[in-house]
Amino acid sequence: MAGKEKRLRINARWCKGCGICVAFCPRQVLSLVKDKVRIQSPEKCIRCGMCEMRCPDYAIWLEDIDETEENYG
Amino acid sequence: MPSTLIEKYIRESHLPHIWCAGCGNGTIMRDVIQAIDNLGLDKKDVVIVSGIGCSARAAGYMNFNSIHTTHGRAIAFATGIKMAKPHMKVIVLTGDGDAAAIGGNHLIHAARRNIDLTVVVFNNSIYGMTGGQFSPTTPTGEFATTAPYGSIDPNFDIPELARAAGATYTARGTTYHVPQTIKLIENAIAHDGFSIVECVTTCPTYYGRKNKKGDAVKMLEYQRDNSVSVAKAKTMTAEELKGKIVFGELYVDNEKPEYTKEYEKIIEIAGGRSDE
Repeated sequence: MAGKEKRLRINARWCKGCGICVAFCPRQVLSLVKDKVRIQSPEKCIRCGMCEMRCPDYAIWLEDIDETEENYG
Repeated sequence: MPSTLIEKYIRESHLPHIWCAGCGNGTIMRDVIQAIDNLGLDKKDVVIVSGIGCSARAAGYMNFNSIHTTHGRAIAFATGIKMAKPHMKVIVLTGDGDAAAIGGNHLIHAARRNIDLTVVVFNNSIYGMTGGQFSPTTPTGEFATTAPYGSIDPNFDIPELARAAGATYTARGTTYHVPQTIKLIENAIAHDGFSIVECVTTCPTYYGRKNKKGDAVKMLEYQRDNSVSVAKAKTMTAEELKGKIVFGELYVDNEKPEYTKEYEKIIEIAGGRSDE
């Protein structure tokens, strides 16, 4: 799933704060703030897609970068 | 805008789903849609049937022809749908209680007929929706609200039960082993005959709390550390396999005739279907 042209996206409304993505991220990119996932260190992300694969709530995913749009997170 | 997979197959307006934080059901639901996507099936040719229970809510979220039926009867409804529309892929999403207790009879008889249904069992080892009563898959000695001193009931092995009844494809996946489970569901859908994939899932709210298994992360780590593949299990003794989750393809039989195809022959013999 590795690729350069992807970025992490979050839908905080769907996040239930279970912490699965935080625990299984191999690069400690994520953290929980007030029971919601936050991209703490985006520069460390290797776009492996582990968070997307493990999130039971579809609240975090890798998205192909679309040059027309520029709203991160 | 969610991920493209979710956007394509999930009724977004129904999200967030009702499952608890850390519940594995969401993971299995995505495994199912990923399997459908990998097979390149037309949404119009897929029917999702569910019974009652936590798992059964999936039919409401999934944007296919879907029906949320009565407790334990999902397989009975699915049998009817398959008989009327044999070309459709009928997928039953059910829980351990729904499939093996309330719907136990429907399960064994559908397996006996070898009708081409795909049954995905969300096995969380407990009745989650009704408050944590022990189910037919709660391991002996484990705790539940109705087993405060530990359950004395031996537990069912659902794929083994289905195989003994006549199922021609049985497999087991877990919520930890996502890519493997997707592949198993894909194979089950593609299989011509009764197929069942038991997906071992986590219920941190009831099963986890009652049995001090820790939070969702701990429960997933438990699956990771206590699962063995079918190939590895063959090299292990019964003693070593105790308490292990054996995942992978357990039984495949491609020879046994499929029920709707046999029924088609009966229609032909009886001269029942005119050419219009």
